[in-house]
Amino acid sequence: MASEQDKIINEVTGSDYKFGFETLIETETFPKGLNEDIVKAISKKKKEPDWLTEFRLKAYRHWKTMKMPEWAHLNIPEIDYNDLIYYAAPKQNAKYESIDEVDPELIDTFNKLGIPLEEQKQLAGVAVDAVMDSVSVKTTFTETLADLGIIFCSFSEAVQNYPDLVKKHMGSVVPYTDNYFAALNSAVFSDGSFCYIPKGVRCPMELSTYFRINAANTGQFERTLIVAEDDSYVSYLEGCTAPQRDENQLHAAIVEIVAMERAEVKYSTVQNWFPGDKNGKGGIYNFVTKRGICKGDNSKISWTQVETGSAVTWKYPSCILKGDNSVGEFYSVAVTNNFQQADTGTKMTHIGKNTKSIVVSKGISAGKSENSYRGLVKVLKGAESARNFSQCDSLLLGDKCGAHTFPYLEADNDTAIVEHEATTSKIGEDQILYCNQRGIDTETAIGLIVNGYAKEVLNKLPMEFAVEAQKLLEISLEGSVG
Amino acid sequence: MLNIKNLKVAVEGKEILKGINLEVKPGEVHAVMGPNGSGKSTLASALAGNENYEVTEGTVEYKGKDLLDLSPENRAREGLFLGFQYPVEIPGVSMVNFLRTAINEQRKYKNEDPLSAGDFLKLMREKKSLVEIDSDLTSRSVNEGFSGGEKKKNEIFQMALLQPTLSILDETDSGLDIDALRIVANGVNKLKTDKNATVVITHYQRLLDYIVPDYVHVLYKGKIVKSGDKQLAIDLEEKGYEWIRQETGIEV
Repeated sequence: MASEQDKIINEVTGSDYKFGFETLIETETFPKGLNEDIVKAISKKKKEPDWLTEFRLKAYRHWKTMKMPEWAHLNIPEIDYNDLIYYAAPKQNAKYESIDEVDPELIDTFNKLGIPLEEQKQLAGVAVDAVMDSVSVKTTFTETLADLGIIFCSFSEAVQNYPDLVKKHMGSVVPYTDNYFAALNSAVFSDGSFCYIPKGVRCPMELSTYFRINAANTGQFERTLIVAEDDSYVSYLEGCTAPQRDENQLHAAIVEIVAMERAEVKYSTVQNWFPGDKNGKGGIYNFVTKRGICKGDNSKISWTQVETGSAVTWKYPSCILKGDNSVGEFYSVAVTNNFQQADTGTKMTHIGKNTKSIVVSKGISAGKSENSYRGLVKVLKGAESARNFSQCDSLLLGDKCGAHTFPYLEADNDTAIVEHEATTSKIGEDQILYCNQRGIDTETAIGLIVNGYAKEVLNKLPMEFAVEAQKLLEISLEGSVG
Repeated sequence: MLNIKNLKVAVEGKEILKGINLEVKPGEVHAVMGPNGSGKSTLASALAGNENYEVTEGTVEYKGKDLLDLSPENRAREGLFLGFQYPVEIPGVSMVNFLRTAINEQRKYKNEDPLSAGDFLKLMREKKSLVEIDSDLTSRSVNEGFSGGEKKKNEIFQMALLQPTLSILDETDSGLDIDALRIVANGVNKLKTDKNATVVITHYQRLLDYIVPDYVHVLYKGKIVKSGDKQLAIDLEEKGYEWIRQETGIEV
């Protein structure tokens, strides 16, 4: 009897995870949970080379040793990482036969944002004709890009077609050891974008504007890598102003940018993921590691972000200013309403001589939300004459929300000049009444005031994006006063 | 145009206006005078629809409509203008953007097409000269960093642009030097037609040298205790409010 018992125990405890990875790759969706088999299976499913499988495994093993960071000014319910699914085959998006079946509230928002009907259908998941305008537009632009030698494709395609480029740069800016979420992403990243601008090429269009529909479904653990060679220029747009109804609650993305000599990369984001309902239920947790390195002299990286979505945002687009005379910029508008929480900011690390950084952060809090700016400006010993200017403003709507600023300054070079300015203001009842008295209703008035406040940042967005972002701010704050 | 009957208004539960009766017809200029705390600004705020001013009794008919039934923005779109005693600053919102929004909201309400940027700028240039307002001011944020006089001029400038049917000017003369006072008054006079009306609320008779009223009302302790023509303002200046107390027999 005893030996029979032992046998059973041995069988149970000693057997491999029952969904061993060889069978896993046959299925379209993996079971819940995370272990080495799942990591290997993801890699195999994507037909990745061994070095990448190894990279993922190292990241996974490192992640196992880490703890979720708790320093942010966020109140996050415990996340059970073994209760998540780490791989699902891209779904057919068509959920509806016609636009009439879509939630009218969603359509209403699309209309307010001025999104064309065909695009609304795509975003809402309505079946559309293959000959849709933007598809042909996409083809045309892909050809233009190819003629210039620009590579713009999904991360998975890049792994297959340009493995050397990926291998050289991936993890060079955000190593998998960087932080908890970076390690997690490095282990299980689903897909993302890869962009390569060759020497001396100026990318003639905003990358991804014309692709935004296709870029919408990139999944939960997105990974983006942008490499700009000497004397090149690219403006990259991420995200979409339309509301994203995503079933995945946890998002942990990585964006890496490498700018060589005299290269310039502009990275603009509009994030409008489901923020949870008015009572704080649901909503996406967004933990992003975004970092760029100005590797070459005279290079420039500029981050512009408009954050209105997600229940929890943990995000610090940063610049490592390694090359002499390199420039890092961070322009941010973060809106929180209802029960949303955002802890966002930037890190500017000055290494090279005469490096400059500008930080402009505009937080807007409404409802019962919490909005924090967290920034680090670090000037290393060798950064002669480094210069930083930071401006962090907070705007409060109502008296139940919070705004916080956590600036950290570390200067190890006497010639550095680091400036920090901060203001907090409120939209006053008297301002609203003044607008009302001139015939402007309360919501339009808030829109005017908020857009006026965020103007400095919105002006940095590419034109057509800026217009949508402006409307988005108004929609995000609807019903937040009065 | 405006017919106020037995209007009672409370602020934080305390009754300030205790039964106001006032009728204003097109083409008329009315002056409402009174000492501090008599309820002058309360009257202006209640008519504009400030929700901190609670109407407890009475009716206000404006252009045949129940004014008290309209939201503050619809009162404005119906042509009611309040020149604020303390115009508020709105940082980040340019005067141009603010005024263009205001005008186009008004036009939308009347089912008119929005004014194009070009037409709007033309209109702005035209009205600017009327109140001798600096070009520089209109390129700045609403009232931000304006001096006291500039803020008041800006109110009249907005009045000129919005072309209201009924303007209520709440202590527009306070804090103005004599030159600014003249400019503001000239603006008001130039905007006067036989179709619109103005209610000038003031503490001093001084403004009434420039804006000549058809009627003068003395507001005291929440009631209009005496009405007359412009002579009343002059008498009041000479004899002081003590005279009113004696005349009307109202105790302090």
